[in-house]
Amino acid sequence: MASHAAPTAQSPTIPAGLSRDQLLEIYRYLRLTRTLEERLTALYRQSKVVGGLFRSLGQEAESVGSAYALERGSHRDLMSPLTRNLGSMLVMGAAPIQILRQYLARAESPTGGRDLNIHFGDLERGYLGQISHLGDMIPVMAGIALAFKLRREPRVGLVYIGDGGMSAGAFHEGINFAAARRVPLVVVGEYNHWAYSTPPRKQFAVEHLADRVKGYGIPAVSVDGNDVLAVYEATRFAVERARQGKGVHFIEVKTYRRKGHAEHDDQHYVPQHELEWWAKENDPIDRYVQRLLGSGWAEEQELKEIDERVRVEIDAAADACLGEPAPGPESALADVYGDPPAAERLWFRSV
Amino acid sequence: MAEVTYLEALRQGLWEEMERDERVFILGEDVGSYGGAFKVTEGFAKQFGEERVIDTPISEAAIVGAAAGAAHMGMRPVAEMQFIDFISCAYDMLTNYVATARYRAGLPTPMVVRGPCGGYVRGGPFHSQNVEAAFFHTPGLKIVYPATARDAKGLVKSAIRDDDPVIYLEHKWLYRRIKERLPEDEEILTPIGAARVAHEGNDLSVVTYGATLWKSLEAAEQLDKDGVSVEVLDLRTLLPLDDAAIMRSVKKTNKLLIVHEDTRTGGLAGEIAARVNEQAFEWLDGPIMRVTAHDVPLPYAPTLEDFVLPQTGDIVKAARWLAAY
Repeated sequence: MASHAAPTAQSPTIPAGLSRDQLLEIYRYLRLTRTLEERLTALYRQSKVVGGLFRSLGQEAESVGSAYALERGSHRDLMSPLTRNLGSMLVMGAAPIQILRQYLARAESPTGGRDLNIHFGDLERGYLGQISHLGDMIPVMAGIALAFKLRREPRVGLVYIGDGGMSAGAFHEGINFAAARRVPLVVVGEYNHWAYSTPPRKQFAVEHLADRVKGYGIPAVSVDGNDVLAVYEATRFAVERARQGKGVHFIEVKTYRRKGHAEHDDQHYVPQHELEWWAKENDPIDRYVQRLLGSGWAEEQELKEIDERVRVEIDAAADACLGEPAPGPESALADVYGDPPAAERLWFRSV
Repeated sequence: MAEVTYLEALRQGLWEEMERDERVFILGEDVGSYGGAFKVTEGFAKQFGEERVIDTPISEAAIVGAAAGAAHMGMRPVAEMQFIDFISCAYDMLTNYVATARYRAGLPTPMVVRGPCGGYVRGGPFHSQNVEAAFFHTPGLKIVYPATARDAKGLVKSAIRDDDPVIYLEHKWLYRRIKERLPEDEEILTPIGAARVAHEGNDLSVVTYGATLWKSLEAAEQLDKDGVSVEVLDLRTLLPLDDAAIMRSVKKTNKLLIVHEDTRTGGLAGEIAARVNEQAFEWLDGPIMRVTAHDVPLPYAPTLEDFVLPQTGDIVKAARWLAAY
């Protein structure tokens, strides 16, 4: 068993210029993501979640590691997540209670109950709400990065796409547009092996997603998506390269979707031995814990304390959220346009 | 007062907004040094620089999506579709992403998507379309369709200043056919959402927009000679419809003929008829009738195109029939 002492002169150097506090912060985001999803799963089973529940089990590292490489803070870098990037949103500053309110469709949710799960954004904090149509966020983020470039702001955009979404036309239009205009955009391609129930061999004829992207004339690398520090390091490099005006960069993160498309999906199409292998041998949080402890960068007790603080935080957020009201029905009519401020209330409601 | 074409008026409107507001920029296919397929942006790249007049790949979804992203960041993009027929390639981006952004995420998306529409020009099935009905059904979008040079200018300026996404439909048959004297020292801003009475009359109302405004006005002149007094209403904005102006005219004349160049089934005339039925049923002295294109893709040969599209003679005959009802 590895030594659990605090870092000593013998500990390996922490990679990628990170500090010990940052390593622990990364751990906290990984744990926060998983614990929040576990709580959401419990709420889903109690029928408290109004719609579907989308898990990122097994993909926490690629989300947290990539978002952690961005400059965070008011009006800095801007990121557009997909449905398995809860961790990225937490890193950018989304609060667990906002996620809970979204799933439980509460009045105070970021979208006022109009959209579901992690479909919401906060441009000031640096994340843009997604839509369900895969690929569409690539052109939109290309436009955001274009605005950064036109205004000569030292800001970078980061957008996620899955192995499934990479077959959508908007992805290709958007990444080509961004590459041609050399806008500061980093594209993270999540190879999680399942587009709902469809495996890679039915989706494309290449081995690596990066191979599909090289034709756009941009650098494309593949990294171990379950190694949070490797993802961080690769993204950090791409982000700084983009910030220097060198254009678009693609990072393929190899990972595995360990739950069904959503909670209702029993994954009968997934080979059991694959699931077991990824859970036992390649869980991104287990791997990170082993590395932290094995390298002497953290002590077991510190991690346990973080786990406990996260549990208390999620408990408090869930308790608060459960007591909150649903949106008032007529609020559905507002904000379709800036002007007029509300849609017409139809006549039969007043007969 | 200089006489300008519809196209020149549109060009002036874009130019003035580019000068007035540095957040405004143009993107589209061949809009830069080439100046656009119809020369709407001729000279813009030279004046404003290629960063503000951006030549794009042939990627309508990327053009519209990038415009939306830039709009979120506080820019005021004007995206050109080289022919409006190609806006269908960006249908998903407009209806799912752009139109919902404010509602679902509180994201203002002040952008204009504009492009040449319409037939009567022997453009065939893919360079003659009218697309208003495809977007009319989408809450969150606004649609304007100028028929005069004054409104070509006034509506593009208002569209750029609007805080909501606006589809600006310009008719290529009108580009160089319509000339109008416009004041040079007055800023022209046509309000979005306001129709205009283009010809006063008492016996029946013709509600129309775009190229068929001119065909309706021709028809009204001919009918005047026969003693049939036609009121012609130019909608100018299609979404939101100016219900008040439509009802005012119908309540005055008690008969309604709706004329549009777009095909009949699912066209705007159906919605207008339904609203008049709901809001002015008791004022009607005859059935609400439509003159539209036939329900076929628009063919190329002059004999075919002329047959499919509504012509002045069709409007005259339909109006005479309705007046006699």
